[in-house]
Parts: sequence; structure tokens; C-alpha cells
Amino acid sequence: MKTYGDVIALAGLDLAVEEATVVGLLGPNGAGKTTAVSILATLTMPDSGSAHVAGIDVLKEPEEVRKKIGLSGQFAAVDEHLSGFENLDMIGRLYHLGRQQARTRARALLDQFDLNDAADRPVKTYSGGMRRRLDLAGALIAEPPILFLDEPTTGLDPRSRTDMWTVIRELVTRGTTLLLTTQYLEEADRLADDIVVIDHGLEIAHGTADELKSMVGGDRIELTASSLDSVQAARRIMESFAIGEIHEEGRAHKLTVPIEGGAPTLMKALRALDAEAIDVVDVGLRRPTLDDVFLSLTGHVAEPDEDSSAQPESTETLAL
Amino acid sequence: MTDFRTTVADTAVIAKRNFIKIRRVPEVLMFILISPIMFVLLFAYVFGNSIDIPGGSYREFLIAGIFVQTVVFGATFTGAGLAEDMQKGIIDRFRSLPMSQSAVLIGRTASDIMYNVLTLLIMALTGLLVGWRIHTSFLSALAGFALLLLFAYAFSWIMAYVGLIVPSVEVINNAAFVVIFPLTFVANTFVPSENLPTALRIFAEWNPVSSATQAARELFGNIPLGTPEPTVWPLQNAVLYTLIWIVLIIAIFAPLSAHRYKRARS
Repeated sequence: MKTYGDVIALAGLDLAVEEATVVGLLGPNGAGKTTAVSILATLTMPDSGSAHVAGIDVLKEPEEVRKKIGLSGQFAAVDEHLSGFENLDMIGRLYHLGRQQARTRARALLDQFDLNDAADRPVKTYSGGMRRRLDLAGALIAEPPILFLDEPTTGLDPRSRTDMWTVIRELVTRGTTLLLTTQYLEEADRLADDIVVIDHGLEIAHGTADELKSMVGGDRIELTASSLDSVQAARRIMESFAIGEIHEEGRAHKLTVPIEGGAPTLMKALRALDAEAIDVVDVGLRRPTLDDVFLSLTGHVAEPDEDSSAQPESTETLAL
Repeated sequence: MTDFRTTVADTAVIAKRNFIKIRRVPEVLMFILISPIMFVLLFAYVFGNSIDIPGGSYREFLIAGIFVQTVVFGATFTGAGLAEDMQKGIIDRFRSLPMSQSAVLIGRTASDIMYNVLTLLIMALTGLLVGWRIHTSFLSALAGFALLLLFAYAFSWIMAYVGLIVPSVEVINNAAFVVIFPLTFVANTFVPSENLPTALRIFAEWNPVSSATQAARELFGNIPLGTPEPTVWPLQNAVLYTLIWIVLIIAIFAPLSAHRYKRARS
């Protein structure tokens, strides 16, 4: 448990990560993701509870933990006056790799992350995506068995985000244990073996992406009508096909209807809509996304959330 | 590696990083090179020509005061550097590394000694150009510069602590100005303290800035003939009193800063 003044940043979280797997810690802003990572990465002391990384007690032997971990933060913590090479070389030396080894690793990572051309330029001149890659390279320089990535793609453009995903997936195939925090459901879906959804400092769901999706049932029909009236009419018709609650976005004239039976059900629904001459702009069948999971679990969509009050609860155990 | 060797090696890495930074940020380099020259020239020609000291040269009297004021102001650099590292999240990175936890602070204050060496060198050369002379021995002058560097080093630790608790470069610069300006003016740096009103005079007499200035003047031989002997203990024993302050400041602020660093979160 961790509190800052009256705000409970982390109320109760039980987290265990298997070796060589990726666990995604998913939640909106203020959910406690960064607090959890900073406890595990020895930056913050929890008020109560325990945490182990690689079997080492984080509270008792933080120095030993630091030898095993790499951390890449939400805000790219690289020195912008130093060049990319100088940054990595410095971090390598501080991991005590030795002069030669630090240089070799720095060059290899710059190469791997496509930063060769910019290697000797001050980081000040880098783009956001390049900084993030350099920051990640810094976390990897000593090839730590455990890696923490705190929102590695927040604020990146879609292209840089996809690049970053490729890089992270490659890492994982090489056996790194990874704890990843993200507010992007798609990111957790793509990268994580196991997803822990947290909100207000509490775990609210846990499972693989597929398990979480099956928790919220099968397919969905997504339907957009031309006006508010036709949305209401469409809703009345769709009630007979729905197997759960229909979600309505009034201003977008949009309905999301959980159904079973797949395409044949969609066909029937379309015929029924057509019979009433309802003006449908767009309609489609889709598998549930983690957005649906989040919505059904928390009652709100996974959007930045300023409200960080939470019910105090038990202590948390974190283990990697 | 032993703890001690780790600390030394990590400190060197951090200090190297700070040097690279000084080279890369031209404003900082300008500040280091230009402001000492400016201070010496300004004070020497603006005040130096309008104030007379019986039996001596005001300009010679002044130089030691400018040395002390400049190196004390220079300590702000330490705090601003740490505050910037906090703001940018670099301290978080360092704190997650298996490095010596004191290396960031020692490396910072150590590289700021080099900065002060450079500043003092430039001020001394400028001083010599405008007529300042050392009237004692080489060793005594060396002791004078060493004392100034130690004094600056102690202030670096105060500012290191401030830099960690107020992690904003702007606030540090303003706060430092508000504290350091009176500290260096209510002293014997620019005028003999005997002429000050009573309350200010007492403050000036016990102000370590005064004793450091007095000590530097003694070691450089810049006390004009016929100047009355100081009547208070700190100025009668300027070197000793300054050394006591240096030890005291470091003994208090080095552990405070180290403690603060361990709990720092940017």
C-alpha cells in the first residue's frame, strides 16, 4: 500500500509475474501503475506490503534488485545534452560493465534501435520516438533479466508506437521478463501474455487478453444511425437480439450490442432494421476489445481519469 | 569492487557527464567565463575609483570580496544542476541503477570544484590586469585559493540540498539570489564592516563570508597598512573560523542531501 497524503496511490495489488513472460499492467491515469513500478524498481518505499524481484526482497536489498533490473520510464530519462552514445556509455559504466564492454554494448544497441546516424548528436536533437528508443536501450544495456517499461509509448505518434512494439516483442522472444504499464488496451493486447487491469490502486481483473474478452461475452454489433430518433428506433429493434446490455453513445448516434450467433444474427438484425426503414449509416460485427472489458469492469471507458480516491484495503504483494 | 572503489569510479562517470554538459551548453560556459571578468571590472572601476582607503588601494581590498561573492553565487550552479536532473527524470534513472548512491551528489559537487577553479583563475588574471597584486608568498597565495575553493565546496552542499527539495531551476535561481545577495553584501566584502549600523555590523562580523574574505585578504596580503586590527574573534582568527564553518556546513548538509537523494522522486 502506498499513500501520498490523503491520496491512496496503491491500495491493494497482488501481482506475480512468471519468468520470461510479459505482464501488462493496464489502467487509466492515476490508477497506480507508475506507483507499482516505482516500488518494484526500488524508487519508492511502500507504506506496507512486500515486494520481491527475482526472488530478492525489494525493501531489504534494493542494491541487489538494481543489478537485475532495467527501467525505462514514462518520461524519457536521458540526458539531452549528451549524445546517444554518451548516454548509453554512461549508463553502461554505472552498471559497472567496464569501459570496453560499455562501449561495445552502447554501439550494438544504437545499431539495433536504428539510432546509428544520430549516435553522436546531442539527444536534444532527437525526435520523441528516438528518445524513447534510446531510453529503452539504456534499460537494456546490461541485459538485465527483468525489465520495467512504464508507459513506453505514451505520447508517441502511431508509427513510432508500432516501431516500439516491434522492438519490445523482439526482446521478449529472448527470454526477458517484462512488466509493462500502459493505458492503451491495444498495447496490452499485442504485447502482454497476462494482463492485470487496475483502477484506483486496486486490481479489478486478471487474465490473458482472450480470457478477459470472454469475460465480457461474444461478438458485438456496432451500429451507427443517421439521427437520434433512428438510434432510438434501432435500439428497440436490437433489444431482441442483445444478450447483454446495449451501450449507447448518443452524440455519435452509435450502439454497441452484445450478441451471439455471429454473422447469421447480424443478417437477421439487418433485415429487421430494413423492415422498419431505419436509416443505418454504418454497421459491423466485431470481436470484443479490451475497451469493452474495461467498460464492463469499471463502468467507465479507459480514458485519463483524474479521480484518484480509493477505498483503503489490504496490503499488496508484488513478486517477479 | 569494494564500496569505496565503486563510489570513486561512479563519481568519475558522473563528473565526466557534468563536464560534457558544460561544454555543450554555451550559456553556461559564457556564464563561467564572462561573469567573473564582468564582476572584477565593474567593481574595480565603478567602486574602485570612488572609494578611498587611507594607506592602501581599495581595488586590492575589493578583489578578495569579489572572489568570495562569485564563488558563493557559483554554488547555485550545483543546486540548479540537481534540480534540472530531478525535473528531467534523470535522477530516477540513476536511482534505479546498481551504482553508488552517493556518487551523483559527490560527482556533482566535485565537478563544481573544477568550475570554481576556472572561475577563480579567470578572476585572478583579470584582477592582476587591473592592478591587484599578491604581496605574500606563493604558498600563502595558494592557501588563499584553496580556502576559497573549500568555502565554495561547502556552499555547494547547501545548494545541493536545496536543489533536491526544490526541484525547479527557476525557483533555485531566485531563492539563491534572495539569500546569497544579502549574505555577501552584509559583510566586509565591499566595505569595511566597522562603518555598518550596529545590527548589520554584528551580523557582518560573524558572517562566514566576512571571515572568508578577511582570510583571503590576509593570505594574499591585501590588508592595507594602518587598517585597525579586527576586534571580534571570527575576524581575528579568520582562517580558523572559516574552516570551522566549512566543516560544519559539510557535516550537516552532505548527510542531509544524501538522505534526501535516497527518497527523491522526480
